[in-house]
Amino acid sequence: MAHIQLNDLRKSYAGQEVIHGITMNIANGEFVVIVGPSGCGKSTLLRMVAGLEGITGGTISIGDRVVNDLEPRQRDIAMVFQNYALYPHMSVRENMAYGLKIAKMPVAEIDARVAKAAAMLELEPYLDRKPRALSGGQRQRVAMGRALVREPAAFLLDEPLSNLDAKLRVQMRLQIKDLHQTTGQTMLYVTHDQVEAMTLADRLIVMNKGVAEQIATPHEVYMTPASEFVAGFIGSPAMNIFTVTVEGGAALLPGGHRVPLAGLPAGGSVRLGVRPEDLEPVADEVPGIPVVLRSVEWLGADAFGYGTIEGSDVQVTLRLPGATAAARGQRLRVAPMAGRVHLFAPDTGKRL
Amino acid sequence: MVDGTQSPLVAKGAARTMAHFWMILGVIIVAFPVYYVFIASTHSVQTILRPPLPLLPGSEMWDNYSGAFSGEINRIGGVSLWRLLGNTTLIAVGIAVGKIVISMASAYAIVFFKFPFRMACFWLIFITLMLPVEVRIQPTYKVMVDLGLIDTYAGLILPLIASATATLLFRQFFMTIPDELLEAARVDGAGPWRFFKDILWPLSLTNVAAIFVIQFIYGWTQYLWPLLVTNSNEMNTIVIALRKMISFADADTPWNLVMVTSVLAILPPILVVVLMQRWFVKGLVETEK
Repeated sequence: MAHIQLNDLRKSYAGQEVIHGITMNIANGEFVVIVGPSGCGKSTLLRMVAGLEGITGGTISIGDRVVNDLEPRQRDIAMVFQNYALYPHMSVRENMAYGLKIAKMPVAEIDARVAKAAAMLELEPYLDRKPRALSGGQRQRVAMGRALVREPAAFLLDEPLSNLDAKLRVQMRLQIKDLHQTTGQTMLYVTHDQVEAMTLADRLIVMNKGVAEQIATPHEVYMTPASEFVAGFIGSPAMNIFTVTVEGGAALLPGGHRVPLAGLPAGGSVRLGVRPEDLEPVADEVPGIPVVLRSVEWLGADAFGYGTIEGSDVQVTLRLPGATAAARGQRLRVAPMAGRVHLFAPDTGKRL
Repeated sequence: MVDGTQSPLVAKGAARTMAHFWMILGVIIVAFPVYYVFIASTHSVQTILRPPLPLLPGSEMWDNYSGAFSGEINRIGGVSLWRLLGNTTLIAVGIAVGKIVISMASAYAIVFFKFPFRMACFWLIFITLMLPVEVRIQPTYKVMVDLGLIDTYAGLILPLIASATATLLFRQFFMTIPDELLEAARVDGAGPWRFFKDILWPLSLTNVAAIFVIQFIYGWTQYLWPLLVTNSNEMNTIVIALRKMISFADADTPWNLVMVTSVLAILPPILVVVLMQRWFVKGLVETEK
């Protein structure tokens, strides 16, 4: 168990910088999720911490050691790979024991650790099987077990649930959460799935194009996204974001609709974000945004309405109650709830 | 080799009978000369020289075989049959093992290590595929003479153990190993040697078996190179000895002993194939890793 420090971490491939200076302190026992769209550099960042990718600039420390030039095995980390990377010719037991065997640990100690991990992951009946005789979920647990027995300073997980079906993914997500709580291990977890990110993380790193857009708790990331990218990436359906002109304390929306809002800048143009659930229906006399519905998706507990702002072709998503009678072609008048709007600079995308 | 009952193309009824008919016919055509060699090895020289040769085994089998082992061959070729079989086995195993060691090592280097001129090395090895032994036989012979390796096992084995084909085969196999497996091993603390020994080698076993069988037979049937590089009878291989036993005049050739020697020359490769068949076939057809 240890804390991890990333200090202005950079990575270039053939002169092309792909990780542009990431600085972060991960506390001992913290569960940090790196999330972002594909190609944002999240796996590269994790592999740099693991020592599988070289570092172009900056430092990584695990515990109190700078590990920049250490081999993966000297870094005291364990890694879980997306495709599990189990050794196909070894039994489950041998797979889990392999790293310990190389470290020349006494056999009794190895057996004890394997037994403990197997019990924790309910792998006892499968210890003598080969990986090919296991289901995807079981293989995933073996990969977790292989990391667990090492009792490393930090766990690195690279999209460990991506190859599982939806139901198993939920189960394993809970199991990983449990595991983190029982072992108190420092964990660094890469995913592109925002549900995994939001549910597992103590803190999130939202990455975009090699830059950490925001490093914060899931709550902060959702409630006060630091940039337009984060606002659009986290939350499903995505946040509505419009370009509005500010005019006398009110926002002038596409289609010419005026909505008075607090906290607007003195004038000019601004990007206005509001989540689908934060647009509430209002009466006709109240200033609001008239929306013409194009389609309604009914999901049971609630429904999503997709439409355009009247008088323009700007798309809007609304969250409606499950009991809604709204249908295609209908006109709804909505307004953002107080304190639930997000303003971003039109040029930099940063939160205002 | 292919289990017909498990094939998705199982023929039924008459089609199946026809398929078997053609298969058996094919086997008879291929196997008949071999059978005839065996038949001839059980008759006396006189019977063999007086056509037609009988289709059934004769009564001289014991005499021919015990004679061949107890000095008849020695009298003709100046070296015992045991020595010939021993020489040939040593050379064939030496070539097969040597080829596997060298080609695995070079394929390992080319696939898993980054070093300058890596691709150049690969292409150099690849290009040698286009140069058969016969093309470079003169310079190779000169090198062997200069090294004083004429009439030695080293001289017989060394020039034949470099194999572009086997290197290529191992390279192709190593490339199918997922990167993550290597990375997992690195995280687990395995260095290059441990990774080779604990992971790559066990995964390669079926390929190794297949290449061993092919190269053993290649070594066993070598003719030109052993002919060039050996002068003393003591160093002859069984194929060379066989050639030496055949005189130009038909009547001077002890055909019964030639046939015995032929049978004994065929047996070891058959034995190797039969014993390693299961692995051999697996190595040729297996795709699942």
